[in-house]
Amino acid sequence: MSTLPAHDSHDAHGHDHDHPWYLAHHWENPKQQFEAGKLGMWLFLATEVLLFGGLFCAYSVWRGNHPELFKYGSQFLETKWGAINTCVLILSSLTMAWGVTCAQKGQRTGLIVCLILTLMGAAGFMVIKYIEYSHKFHEGYFPGLKFYDTPPEHSSYWGTHDAHGSSDGHSLGAGTETSHAVGTAPAVEATHAAAAPTEPVAATAPAADPTMPVVELPQFAQAKIGPAGLSSNAELVEKPFELTERHHAALLPPLKDPNRPLNAHKFFDIYFMMTGLHGIHVLVGMIVITWLLIGAIKGKFSADYFTPVDLGGLYWHIVDLIWIFLFPLFYLI
Amino acid sequence: MAHDPHHHGSDHAAHGVGHIVSPKILIATAVALLILTGLTVMSVRIDFSEFDLNELNIFVALGIAVVKASLVCLFFMHLRWDRPFNAFMLVVSLALVGLFISFAMTDSSEYQPEVQKVVTPTIQSELDQLPK
Repeated sequence: MSTLPAHDSHDAHGHDHDHPWYLAHHWENPKQQFEAGKLGMWLFLATEVLLFGGLFCAYSVWRGNHPELFKYGSQFLETKWGAINTCVLILSSLTMAWGVTCAQKGQRTGLIVCLILTLMGAAGFMVIKYIEYSHKFHEGYFPGLKFYDTPPEHSSYWGTHDAHGSSDGHSLGAGTETSHAVGTAPAVEATHAAAAPTEPVAATAPAADPTMPVVELPQFAQAKIGPAGLSSNAELVEKPFELTERHHAALLPPLKDPNRPLNAHKFFDIYFMMTGLHGIHVLVGMIVITWLLIGAIKGKFSADYFTPVDLGGLYWHIVDLIWIFLFPLFYLI
Repeated sequence: MAHDPHHHGSDHAAHGVGHIVSPKILIATAVALLILTGLTVMSVRIDFSEFDLNELNIFVALGIAVVKASLVCLFFMHLRWDRPFNAFMLVVSLALVGLFISFAMTDSSEYQPEVQKVVTPTIQSELDQLPK
């Protein structure tokens, strides 16, 4: 500490031995600066855990109360993409950690290569996420009540055989199929279903109001597979929700599916919120890594000074860490 | 750090800042993570229904995820060699999230029957209003 007051002037070139350029004047030595920086980074990572904790809490409460929504919705996510993305993130975490090692050893070329590979992993993750998201949007699986809007004309919602789809905007694609399905159900449901084939438009009229999508007829018919209490018929309530077909290709889109559980859109709400927030973190990570890459190319980092690489790496690892939990929670149900 | 018993690689301990983890350890960690990812994917195909434990799959998958997360923290994030206080902050934040989630779930499952008492008649009355 005693040497510091002598270096008040910015011209420290002559005093590199005592006071390296990267050491801010309020630190006693590089070690202290490094440890403090790392402490601050971990504090930030703790707040990140808390930030995602809120969403994990929403997930837990929803899934705890309505497991059937998650069993149902998860079928529409492709495990293949989720698994590939997990591997991509693990490998980019490896190159990031390796980059830190290179930086610590003062290997500039190694650091640059590692950072480029990490950046490519991050970009690869985002490309796969883009493929997934655009497929979901194309199919009309939007978060929120938009889920129940009329899907785009070109979407596979409206099969070529479905005459209702193109003519009647807000009538349900599932209209005719649902009435068949309900018709086979016990008497209580059948009375309501009987109305559907004769007056399809009248029966689905409430659905025309976009603010009240939950009062669609087919959704009431689904009460039998909802959680206990969503139907007054005890016999139907106790019937557990069962997946008829796990294979993705065989699935009907939710709006066409007569076995769609009540509030099926909730799964896509939490899916888009959690993976979306995670995706934003990946984008921020890409910015950070690019910044580190520029610094590495300029030769800013050395065996003596690698703190930014180390802390950027910590951020990148926590992004990987969160995905490690998101993957089984959404794709593997 | 020069006195650290877990030193690896040809690092320059003289610099004394941070711990250098050898690429060998990093690669081993990544391989373990990839294997565990494969295990997670396979674990959900196990059918526990004959033991009447349908919900076990997600806990097996989450258990593996916890192991993976620990590997990332310990080796990629250097927590194994770091000052324990950094790990302490992570553990505290996780504990607080756990507390948050368990209270929220306890609470919501507690009033769920009350919610259904209201929801059921509402839906029933909507059903009754539909044309017959």
